[in-house]
Amino acid sequence: MKRSLFQKVWDAHVVGKLSDGRTQLFIGTHLIHEVTSPQAFGMLRDLGMKVKFPNRTFATVDHIIPTDEPNEPFSDPLADAMIKELRKNCAESGVTFFDSNTGKQGVVHIVGPEQGITQPGMTIACGDSHTATHGAFGAIAFGIGTSQVRDILATQTMALNPLKVRRINVHGKLRPGVYAKDVILHIIRILGVKGGLGYAYEYGGEIFDQFSLEERMTVCNMSIEGGARCGYVNPDEKTFEYLKGRPYAPEDEAWDRAVEHWKSFRSDEGCEYDDVVNINAEDIAPTVTWGINPEQAIFIDENLPDPASMPVESRETAVEAYEHMKLKAGDPVKGTKVDVAFLGSCTNGRLSDFEEAAKYLKGRKVADHVKAIVVPGSQVVAGIAEAKGIAKIFEEAGFEWRGAGCSMCLGMNPDQLVGDQLCASSSNRNFKGRQGSPTGRTVLMSPVMVAAAAVKGEVADAREVFDIA
Amino acid sequence: MALQKVLNVSGTAVPVMGDEIDTDRIIPARFMKCVTFDGLGEFAFADAIKEAENAGRVFPFKSEKFAGASVLVSGANFGCGSSREHAPQALYRAGIRAIIAGSFAEIFFGNSTTLGIPCVSLPREKLNELADLINQQPEMVVEIDLEEKCVKAGDWVTPFTIAETAYQALVEGKFDPIAELSESNIDGVAASLPYVSGY
Repeated sequence: MKRSLFQKVWDAHVVGKLSDGRTQLFIGTHLIHEVTSPQAFGMLRDLGMKVKFPNRTFATVDHIIPTDEPNEPFSDPLADAMIKELRKNCAESGVTFFDSNTGKQGVVHIVGPEQGITQPGMTIACGDSHTATHGAFGAIAFGIGTSQVRDILATQTMALNPLKVRRINVHGKLRPGVYAKDVILHIIRILGVKGGLGYAYEYGGEIFDQFSLEERMTVCNMSIEGGARCGYVNPDEKTFEYLKGRPYAPEDEAWDRAVEHWKSFRSDEGCEYDDVVNINAEDIAPTVTWGINPEQAIFIDENLPDPASMPVESRETAVEAYEHMKLKAGDPVKGTKVDVAFLGSCTNGRLSDFEEAAKYLKGRKVADHVKAIVVPGSQVVAGIAEAKGIAKIFEEAGFEWRGAGCSMCLGMNPDQLVGDQLCASSSNRNFKGRQGSPTGRTVLMSPVMVAAAAVKGEVADAREVFDIA
Repeated sequence: MALQKVLNVSGTAVPVMGDEIDTDRIIPARFMKCVTFDGLGEFAFADAIKEAENAGRVFPFKSEKFAGASVLVSGANFGCGSSREHAPQALYRAGIRAIIAGSFAEIFFGNSTTLGIPCVSLPREKLNELADLINQQPEMVVEIDLEEKCVKAGDWVTPFTIAETAYQALVEGKFDPIAELSESNIDGVAASLPYVSGY
């Protein structure tokens, strides 16, 4: 029988059926960080259990790390306690920790692929909802809660139900100035934030064939924002090329055997999907959010939608969104004043994101009233960007160039909005309070659009600001 | 591990209506700087409470009227967003033992079930009826009867839906799977995977 990648990976990892009917699934790679693991290690100690596969568990520190304060103790004692707790837990249980002094620390979803830990055909889990990022390599990657972190530490398995698979094809060619971020914001806009409940998303079509691994990661990263537990792209030559030579990739003959094995996980031609969605790439324009969840998004040249024109169930949230965002239906989104520009996160904190934005920022200046920060996703990204002169372009334009971390994507470190500041952000969530201030406002967009917003001091069409045609 | 079977949860209820109540609403990220879940209860809905206060309103979760509630009632896609177990942990520590909503985000649903918090779904019109009833009679006991698969509030009775595997896990007292997970042939599967055993 023809099977999708999801089914093949699932089948290869089934341990058995639990008495409540759920499947016990082997999780080959477990990524942990300082926020959702300390309680799990505590539970493990209470149960008198040990980490079963320390060599399949990898840790880094990202959410709480200050990006402008490299040395410990951190000025926030809670953050300082969290990094030390993780360091202690990893040392006690023999887990590899990409600590802040290793040159490899960074956002967990950037570190895994960069180190070659993330590979096709794996099951991966992490106590973080953006774990779907790793699906870009043809892995099945789940975001999980802390009790499941405990389960995987103790048994390297977790209990879950199988998912349906929705194939999402994006055909054709993207117009200039339209990026992977616009593709996923558009997908969520049309399928909704609940549309993916019960599904894994398989992304395909010419656009994904053409996309680099970094672009594929941007799309897979936001699968959960569309309600899908995981998202993936079938592995191809680009996947193998990306992995070759990375620290944790197999070498020599083992590499050849691995590539053959990885190819076998690709969805079979003509396999059945539970649902198929087709999208024309030409229909997508640069997209920005206007509300408080990621489906509340429009093209940059559209006007803000009227709640009365929406399906009944969307109206209440739309009214709440306008109240919070201090925006008005019918107005253009373009021209909305921006206070902060944030470029970074597990969605868009990779080298290609910075290269693309820097290309257009060169020789331009951030508007006087805008605070602009750019935060590399890892120390490796930071090192390359600095060596290539990219960091310097940002600094000359008026951006602050920071150390690696989650930074302003979420308010768990000193990088936070103040009051009702509006932030043009390359991150993944525009929930109320997400960026640290309860009244702060977030407008999600691509890195190049963040650069345009920083320069103009308002939500802007990067195609106009930077003459992209 | 022997766990209490969850067959029935009853108590007074608090309506926190609206769709897409996300995990950043339930527990804002800045309150997650901690190495245990203890003490999270006091931060449940912290920003929503503050926001209502600033607007001269009282957020239901903070209202005297609903003090001591153990059943939370909300709208569609409750718990969407982050995978943080801090969200159901905060609700549990604030006294919530069952959630009735239009639908649930998947990770939140799984996290809650593992803690023994039943998350049951009702159609929108039934949710609205229930919220009205609670608002009119906040002292009324709302009962989630898992054996009969219905929600009862006085004379008002309506069937709920819940994923079958979660239902079985709750009524059989097997919602925390750790013991069962530890018993199986994990090493056999590990040995069959080349990326674990070596290419």
